[in-house]
Parts: sequence; C-alpha cells; structure tokens
Amino acid sequence: MNKDARGSRVEMMLRNVLARGDKGLIVYITAGDPDLDVTVELAIAMADAGADVLELGVPFSDPVADGPTIQAASQRSLAGGTTVRGVIRAVEQIRRRSDIPLVLMTYFNPVYQYGQEQFAADVARAGGDGLIVPDLPPEEADVLLQAADDHSIDLIPLVTPNTPPRRLQMIAARARGFIYCVSVTGVTGERQRIITDLAAMTGGVRAHSPLPVAVGFGISRPDQAAGVALHCDAVVVGSALVSLVAQKAGQPDLVPAVCAKVSELKRALTAEEVKGFAAL
Amino acid sequence: MNLSLPDERGYFGRFGGKFVPETLMPALEELVDAYEQARRDEDFQNEFRYYLAHYVGRPSPLYFARGLTEFLGGARIYLKREDLNHTGAHKINNTMGQVLLARRMGKRRIIAETGAGQHGVATATVAAMFGLECAIYMGEEDIRRQSLNVFRMKLLGAEVVPVASGSKTLKDAMNEAMRDWVTNIATTYYLVGSVAGPHPYPMIVRDFQRVIGEEARRQIQEQAGRLPDYVIACVGGGSNAMGIFHPFLEDAEVSLVGVEAAGHGLETNQHAATLSRGRPGVLHGSLSYLLQDDDGQVAPVHSISAGLDYPGVGPEHSHLKETGRARYVAATDREALDAFKVLCRTEGIIPALESAHALAAAMHLATELPKEKIILVNLSGRGDKDVHTVAREMGVSLDE
Repeated sequence: MNKDARGSRVEMMLRNVLARGDKGLIVYITAGDPDLDVTVELAIAMADAGADVLELGVPFSDPVADGPTIQAASQRSLAGGTTVRGVIRAVEQIRRRSDIPLVLMTYFNPVYQYGQEQFAADVARAGGDGLIVPDLPPEEADVLLQAADDHSIDLIPLVTPNTPPRRLQMIAARARGFIYCVSVTGVTGERQRIITDLAAMTGGVRAHSPLPVAVGFGISRPDQAAGVALHCDAVVVGSALVSLVAQKAGQPDLVPAVCAKVSELKRALTAEEVKGFAAL
Repeated sequence: MNLSLPDERGYFGRFGGKFVPETLMPALEELVDAYEQARRDEDFQNEFRYYLAHYVGRPSPLYFARGLTEFLGGARIYLKREDLNHTGAHKINNTMGQVLLARRMGKRRIIAETGAGQHGVATATVAAMFGLECAIYMGEEDIRRQSLNVFRMKLLGAEVVPVASGSKTLKDAMNEAMRDWVTNIATTYYLVGSVAGPHPYPMIVRDFQRVIGEEARRQIQEQAGRLPDYVIACVGGGSNAMGIFHPFLEDAEVSLVGVEAAGHGLETNQHAATLSRGRPGVLHGSLSYLLQDDDGQVAPVHSISAGLDYPGVGPEHSHLKETGRARYVAATDREALDAFKVLCRTEGIIPALESAHALAAAMHLATELPKEKIILVNLSGRGDKDVHTVAREMGVSLDE
C-alpha cells in the first residue's frame, strides 16, 4: 500500500483539482522526441500551462498498444539514441524545476531488462511518481507492484470497455494513484468520436475503487475533453500533443504551440466549462 | 520431462505467461475455455482428423533419404515430408485446427501474421474453405521477398495488409496483427502461426502440430525398427520443431536438436539465432529468449529465410533449452543454401530455405556419425517459394 493514508502525489494532485470543482488534465509525450532536452523544456512548460499530471513515454521498439502517431514518435526517439537511463535523468531534471506529478509509461521488456526492483528504485529516486505498463496485466505484475510499493510510486492500471466485472475487481484491488480507463477497444490515437458508454464504464470502476478515474485514448479536442470529463475525474491527451510535437520539431514555436494546446484543453476542464457542456 | 506443461498461468518452467494489453485478457480467457472444451470433445477431434486426412493429405510420408545418405556416407537420414502437405508446409496443421476452433467460437473474421508467407497462405486457404473473412499482416520487406505467396493469398480471397513499421518483417506484422485484434476483439479470431505469443497460443499451436511427431515416431519404428538417435528441425518461432519434438520428449535416448538461422554468422549481428545469442525478455505476449539490446529494445535480425527472420522464439523452446532436453545450434545463410542445393541434386526434392537450415545441421552431423545411427529431419516445407531468392544468391536472373 502507499506509505500514508493521504495517497500518492498523483492521487493528491488529482484530488486537489477535483476539490476546486475542475477536472484533471493528464498529458502524454514521448520522451526523447525530438530529443530529451526538448522533452524537459516541454514538461516544465506544460506544467505551467495547466497540465496536472505528466505522462512520459519511454520509447520501446515494439509498442503494440500504440497507434501510428506514438509508434512513429517512439521510432524517432530511439533513432535519436534515447535510453531508459536517459529518460530517468530527464525525470530528475524536470523534478528539480517542477512539482508536477510524473508518471512513466513504457512496455514491460525495458523494465524487465533494467531490473524491476532497480527500475522502481531509480524512478523514485529521480522524483518519478508512477508507472503505467500497458502490456503488464495484474496476473503478471506481482514483482513490479511490490517494487513500486516499496519505493512509494504508483503502478497505475488500465481498464478497457470489455473488462468484465470479475477482472475489474482484481484490477481495482491492486490499483494505485488512479485508474486509467481506455475509452475504446483499440490502440492509442486521435478519433473523431468515442462510442463507448463512458458513464457506465466509469460508474463500474467507481463501484470497485475509491481512486480517481481518468479516461484516455482518442481524445484530442477541447470539446471532446469536456464531454468525456462529465463521466470521470481526469482526461488523458497523448497522440494529439505527440503529433503537434512532430509537426513543430526543430521550429522555435514548438514549446509555445504545445502549451497553447494544453491551455486550451485545460480551459475546457474548468468547473464552468464542464458544467456548461453538461447543460448542452 | 513434464508433459503437463504449460501450467495454469501459461508457464513452461519460468517461460511463457500472458503479457498483453488489458483488452486482450478477456479474449485470451475465452480462448482458453473454448480450447479446453474442444480438446476434450471427441467430435472436434474427429473433425480435425477428418480434415487432416482428406484435405491436408495426412499422414505425410516418412522417407528414407537414400541418395542423401549415400552422398554423405554417414548416419541414415529420414525426412518427415511436411512439404507434401496441401499448401506445401507444416503450417496448415495448425491453421486447420485453429479455424475449426474459431468456427466453434462463432468468429467470422480471421487475422494472421506471416513472414515467409507460408502461414499466411495456410490461413487464407482454410478461411476460403470455410467462407470466413481473412486479413493477413505482412511486412513490406517480406512482401518484396515473397511476391509469389502474396499473390497466392490474394487468389485465395485474403486481404494482404502491408506493414511499414519497424523492420518491416515478421515481428512488425505480428505487432500490427495484435493491434488489429485489440481493435476488433469482438468479431475477430487471431490465428497465431507459431508456438509464440501469449498463453494459450504456444500450447494450442503445439498441440495441433504434434501430429507431425506422433506420425513420425510411429513411422520410424515401422521402417527402421527403432526410434531415431536424433530429431532435427529448424526453429524460427519454433512450431515445426515443437510439433516433431514433443512426442519424443520422454524418449531419453532421442536427442532433440533445433537449428536457428545464423544469417551472416553468429559473430556478426546479422542473424536470427535467438536461443544461441539472446537472453530472456518479453515480446508478443510471452517471456522467452529474445534478441535485444541492453535497454530491452528488440534487435534487428537477419536470415536469408523469411520464416526464420524473427527475434523471439516460443517459450517452450526456452524451457527445453534451459532444462537441457533439447539443444539449439545455428546454420548460416551459406550453409543453408549449400544444403538446399545438395537435397535438390541427391533426392530431387527442393526444400524450403527454412527446412534447409535443419538439413544443413543434419548433414554436418551425419558425416560425423557411424552408418547405423539414425537422424530424423523435419522437412517442414517445400522450396518453390524460395526459388527467386536462391537464383538471386546464385547470380541467376529469372526476369524475362
């Protein structure tokens, strides 16, 4: 369990946002795309622009849960020489300049090769707050969960529209930080519409867990974010930002452009906007 | 040897498991249940045997390779002729079993990955026969190398989906097939082609390929009066090897030898010898040996044979390696090509380049053994698909 009853930095941050009546904005970028120095600058600027939690993708050669946008970003990052240790150093640099909760998202093999206990220890020491490992279901997660708990970082689980109640119970029992609801049966990437019954999905999750509930995959526009936020505590935006980073790579307005998008998304998640959306 | 593996969690010793996104977990559980029922259902087993006999053409012959044996002057070599199956390789044993399972589960759409195209063709074939929609994922690099099989799949009514990500070969095709499955989980059956992937696939594919070893074990006793001293098969993902090895696991006197692709040589980094040069890691849903860098990024691999050009290997092979029940060696592109040519000339059989790796190891071994020893080689496929590749290697142009 987490070291104290108040919950982790990730959970606390989301609860503070909710206490103001707003919804949380969780942003994802692939670390090392276009390079780690830019990643650090982007992270700090996005925190200032209103992001509540930062997810940093540690690139993997075979990202089966990701769509074309994040696949391409991962390949660019790896081609540029990004390593797991390099990403952990970037976490350290971000932490020196910002208090934003920081979650690493990666696939299991890089963690396994690093050593699960060592990885959790090094991420925690660098100032990281959590891990998301999409190809590690609870059945295989005993070792990493123990390591994460030992170092007081959160192993944040994913729940999908087809997760049956029996699995939901098992996942919720081991969840830390927040529960990440995947809005579609599919891979990451922007979508025009989200057809999953999110109210039913997040309602099901809440019946099993008191943790904050976030929804991600497919969300790119402010109006989408506000619509989704009606049914959850926080919204995750990834591919839309990653594709903006790709578009602006090497240009002087990269950081301002990404931050403008983050601010716009955050505005859609304030109490007034979400309420206004509900009234529509 | 423990024949009851994998355990309930899908592990062979410390290898195997289910490392997949949450979306796939309920589907894998559904597959475990459906397969357990089918396995115990006599009607299902009879249906499988019926199609193997009347559609695939089983049992496949076991053939004493007299010409090859005399040419080498050593141990006697027997060939298990999987090349004579319908579609020209062992792959159809598995696709037939799994398509029957998919039908039982009410799935109307079949997807698969393919490297050399043999599994793609075998999948497209059974999908056509049963009137199911079929999409085959194939790396762009493999599409270029295996244009004949691409056309065959299209003739059979399958959609061939080019995969441009990563190394544009088998592993990337498997990534893309998994992404399709995640997206279309309710309607689609993912027909995995090797003893790789998450549990229960390594078990299901092995069970459907065991027919190779069951027949061969019976046939060699009929023809030679005893069990072989060696059973040799090539290993990419490892389905033909697992199929022929498994029925011999408890025969301690039979040595099992898997032959991986050494490409340009094990000392280069252009090979696909996962068990010889890799270390445990997770790719495509299971923990097994893996070719990777220090950071756990999957390594680029090379083999002249598209079917062996894979950085992973089935978890049960990792287990057989660690327990010492099987040993794994490697043959280079050059050795496989030499063996390919020798079999053409001595036996009038054009082998698949994959199978030529097993032949290369068998030929090497045969010359070092006395004449009374017996080597059983799984001739897993025929080589028509590879004729262009071989011509190019020989500097012969086949263009009009």
